[in-house]
Amino acid sequence: MALVLTEEQSMLRDSARGLISDKAPVSHLRALRDNKDPTGFSKELWHSFAEMGFAGLLVPEEFGGSGLGFMEAGVVMEEIGRTLMPSPFLATSVVAASALNRGGNAAQKAEYLPKISNGSLLATLAIDEGAKHRPLQTALQAVRAGNGFKLSGAKALVVDGHVVDLFIVAARTSGSAGERDGLTLFLVNPKAKGVSIERTIMVDAHNAARIELANVEVNADSVLGEVDQGAALLDSVLDIGRGAVAAEMVGLSDEVFSRTVEYLKNRKQFGKLIGEFQALQHRAAELYVDIEITRAATMKALQALDADVVKATSSVAVAKARAGTTATRAVQEGVQMHGGMGMTDQFDIGFFMKRARVCEELFGDANYHTEQLARARGY
Amino acid sequence: MSESETADLEKFRSETRTWLEANCPPEMRKPATSDADVFWGGRNAKFSSEPQRIWFERMRDKGWTVPDWPKEYGGGGLTAAEHKVLRSEMARMGARPPLSSFGIWMLGPALLKYGNEAQKKEHLPKIAAGLIRWCQGYSEPNAGSDLASLQTRAESDGDDFVITGSKIWTSYANYADWIFCLVRTDPTAKKHDGISFILFDMTSKGVTTKPILLISGYSPFCETFFDGVRVPKSHVVGTVNRGWDVAKYLLQHERAMISGMGERGVGRPLGQIAADSVGADAQGKLDDAMLRGRIATFDVDEAALAACAERAVDLAKAGQAHPAFSSAMKYYGTELNKRRYEILMSAGGVDALEWESERSRQGARPRAWLRTKANSIEGGTTEVMLGIVAKRILDLPGA
Repeated sequence: MALVLTEEQSMLRDSARGLISDKAPVSHLRALRDNKDPTGFSKELWHSFAEMGFAGLLVPEEFGGSGLGFMEAGVVMEEIGRTLMPSPFLATSVVAASALNRGGNAAQKAEYLPKISNGSLLATLAIDEGAKHRPLQTALQAVRAGNGFKLSGAKALVVDGHVVDLFIVAARTSGSAGERDGLTLFLVNPKAKGVSIERTIMVDAHNAARIELANVEVNADSVLGEVDQGAALLDSVLDIGRGAVAAEMVGLSDEVFSRTVEYLKNRKQFGKLIGEFQALQHRAAELYVDIEITRAATMKALQALDADVVKATSSVAVAKARAGTTATRAVQEGVQMHGGMGMTDQFDIGFFMKRARVCEELFGDANYHTEQLARARGY
Repeated sequence: MSESETADLEKFRSETRTWLEANCPPEMRKPATSDADVFWGGRNAKFSSEPQRIWFERMRDKGWTVPDWPKEYGGGGLTAAEHKVLRSEMARMGARPPLSSFGIWMLGPALLKYGNEAQKKEHLPKIAAGLIRWCQGYSEPNAGSDLASLQTRAESDGDDFVITGSKIWTSYANYADWIFCLVRTDPTAKKHDGISFILFDMTSKGVTTKPILLISGYSPFCETFFDGVRVPKSHVVGTVNRGWDVAKYLLQHERAMISGMGERGVGRPLGQIAADSVGADAQGKLDDAMLRGRIATFDVDEAALAACAERAVDLAKAGQAHPAFSSAMKYYGTELNKRRYEILMSAGGVDALEWESERSRQGARPRAWLRTKANSIEGGTTEVMLGIVAKRILDLPGA
């Protein structure tokens, strides 16, 4: 498989770009932020997404989806990254849809996937508990109670947590924090008794929440996958999410870089365009190469996910690690090369810096994934 | 790709795998560890081992020393997709390239694009068969990064040019049979416009070479002198005075080649090599946390670069590549290879400092480390590469 977009994928990119750049340029995010929008994204745009088949992009056709792959999901994520559009696409259409599709039984799939496809159901994975992404450290307790379980504990950085209709909660049914065995995924209704949700306004003005579960009762049908054996499913779902976030970061990096190069070609100081200075030219060239390498690594990871999710871990670790360092570099150079203008809220560059910081933490930062690769290679 | 094309490709893959398994000697499936492990061909070529000879001859007979060249010129005639399959199958089993050659990596592509039919018929099959070893006459003492200011002159004399001047950093000129050379055919034109690209035999009267001793203690490069060397005008590739076009095109291939230097993705992981000397804890984690972090970061970047190299080939085949992208790859690949050897030296500690002992294979590691320092200089320095990216890809002003 070649690491270039097929004709169909290019068409998908063009239609996603058309919609997103038209309806949701960076000013869209700015308006949501300034108006303290209670939803945090545009429902109208989400309906357009559903109509274009994006909401169910990864959902098999038998459940009303488009039945496309992770490469295609990455194409859409990259476009989202260009304008920083807040959208349920990542949490619902990529992560939750993959969890349900890979881990769900027939009844669960039939109940939830068609609703994701038509845009009527939002869902999210609740995984992180501490300050850093450490899936195996999951400590949220699920104890057996009658035919079901009682869940108690807290989650942070739950994307879209205050607006979703369904939580997919990673919990510990046995063993202790740090162990692979004993993890189980549960489907939890946010309106269930004992669930409290605090919307957390984040630096990037995208949606996130802290949720607390206090003896929340769920029945046995709420288990997604197998009891105690959720780690493998979780790994796969997280890797899919990581590949998607890496693609968003490629789009973000590319966009902030284009804007910066444009600025170098227009801003004059000392009677010259600042882009004539070699000190800036070489830094811009290095950044360009960094972005191209990260783009290729991300495509490779998405391709590996399409080939076999279970075998894609190392490729995904490379992509997410690179995406983190590249995006961080891109936004820092973006602000620095824009000089004082880059520091103003009026200018869009700061939005990219803020979103990059959140994407870096989402599903594990560069250090986390670099460490994973070292372990996989046995040193 | 249609279903039948996919099926054909899968058939090719399974046939290729079977053939390679049957024909690649086990000794040729290990990474090369010394210069003797690399076969360069040429009039005076010697094989360092029987498996090396067998492997070379079997691959040559299939045209797989140059798998994607047309069959009429000694190539394998493979399509782009088939070539990618062959490369991935060879990489899978760790098979060495059967023949290393500047003819394959640099001159061949330039001849295929700019050579006339007679030149192609004369030179390409001999490159494919490893009969003639080529060297590159580009840099001069006063024309390094500013290559186009070269002064070696070629004066017209009837059907011949008479060439006088000198070249430097001519890789393996002392072993080469022929040279592809940049000469100034019009001293009055602007510097890029009076250059021609010409081929001649290194045994011609008036050619001498002198090896240059490098910091590694080896002499892979030479000074090469031309004192009235007489070369037929028919040996000019492309148009007289338009040699810069050929030179630039060839440089793209040279840069792609250099960016791929370093034993990327083959052999044991760098972290495990480091553990041999640094030691590891009970879980197998390197006993030097900072070094471990450097290695892991290196591994991330190396894997990402490998994906980018793969994508660069795919983009070229899809007609979507930027012609200057090889400069981007050259810059990153060479800096990465230097990082690799800094890590290896750091990991090797005292053991990596021995220069002459049997134990150290005559200082193989420190010599290789020092050799890598040339990577970001030869074929265009890192700074020149970044300048090319800034000017030709980013279109920055005044670059």
